[in-house]
Amino acid sequence: MSYLVLSSLLFAGSLLAGLLGALTGLGGGVVIIPLMTLAFGIDIRYAIGASLISVIATSSGAAAAYVREGYTNIRIGMFLEVATTLGALGGAALAGVLSTGVIAVVFGLVLVSSALQSLRGSHDDSGALRPDGAALRLGLNGTYPLEGRRQPYNVTGVAPGFGLMIIAGGLSGLLGIGSGAVKVIAMDRIMRIPFKVSTTTSNFMIGVTAAASAGIYIARGYIVPELAMPVMLGVLAGSLFGSRLLVAVRTTFLRRLFAFVVFVLAVEMIFNGITGRI
Amino acid sequence: MTDEQHTPAPDRDEALEAVLGNLLRIGVFVAAAVVGAGGVYLLITRGDWIPDFRSFQNGGSPLRSVPLILRGAFALRADAIVQTGLLLLIATPVLRVVFSLFGFAHERDWLYVALTLIVLSVLAVGLSGLQT
Repeated sequence: MSYLVLSSLLFAGSLLAGLLGALTGLGGGVVIIPLMTLAFGIDIRYAIGASLISVIATSSGAAAAYVREGYTNIRIGMFLEVATTLGALGGAALAGVLSTGVIAVVFGLVLVSSALQSLRGSHDDSGALRPDGAALRLGLNGTYPLEGRRQPYNVTGVAPGFGLMIIAGGLSGLLGIGSGAVKVIAMDRIMRIPFKVSTTTSNFMIGVTAAASAGIYIARGYIVPELAMPVMLGVLAGSLFGSRLLVAVRTTFLRRLFAFVVFVLAVEMIFNGITGRI
Repeated sequence: MTDEQHTPAPDRDEALEAVLGNLLRIGVFVAAAVVGAGGVYLLITRGDWIPDFRSFQNGGSPLRSVPLILRGAFALRADAIVQTGLLLLIATPVLRVVFSLFGFAHERDWLYVALTLIVLSVLAVGLSGLQT
């Protein structure tokens, strides 16, 4: 396959991945890495490098739109970025010592848990009932647009949420994904942040988290410009389109769609990791 | 300035949000333009190349430090131009954090100034390997 054909196919696949990633707030990486390794046989370390670049583009491109719509809580974002960037450095260090098969299996397991989590019932957007002391001190409570006015919400579970975000950052640095899945779980289910606020704030944080480990990936030679170019441009175009659809699409539909795609990819990644094909 | 530094009124961050939104958009646009230009050049000059990315041979991409990447870009090497765009992309969220620092300082929210400085230090550690 010539480079022209390979980059065209990668661009098309990344376009779709970027669309899905923006719509679910989970980043394009969860679809790109299986695409590159399973469909094109590319070394998983190159795939991780390209994906890491693409999630920075996804995050920053979509975040620009979300921030202006008033869903993103930049205080929650900055507070939790302390956890995710620290975790990302640890994850990037681990990526240098683990074998590709082990990375593929861990990747698959993360995808399975993301799929299962997103199927586990619907989440009510009422937020925490009572204001939490830590959340008050940190100024994490906020408002978001709902039916033409600003709906206030409270945040809870600050300490366990922060802890889980260190793990989310670690997975991001290890696997080259935004690990928006883990972030949304921490922010939705533990901190009780309304879905669209947690989705957009999680998306806002992904770029910074990925940037923390991207330097390490470039320094190791994992980021190949020939592969990162079509992936980044495709994801960016897809995510910009997806971010415009977000407000119009129902969140339950998004979760089911995402869960299905991710589950299928996860099983393939685990199988290939165990049988040594990756 | 208010007495309750950490219970901001609704919509307090609107000005900062607008600045950050614009910064992200411009950063991504410039990075994408550089990557796109380098990419077109790459496809024109090496479109018929049969690449092999199946394993991490030869230690990966040689373009792995800022001086090497910029030297290549000034010599108009297509792959180095793309890599320069990728550096600009990585710089975008980092710049966003720097701008947040100014924003929080302007609001005299010293707790968030401190948190932002911690995030910047961690980013500096991660990016320190790109110097040489």
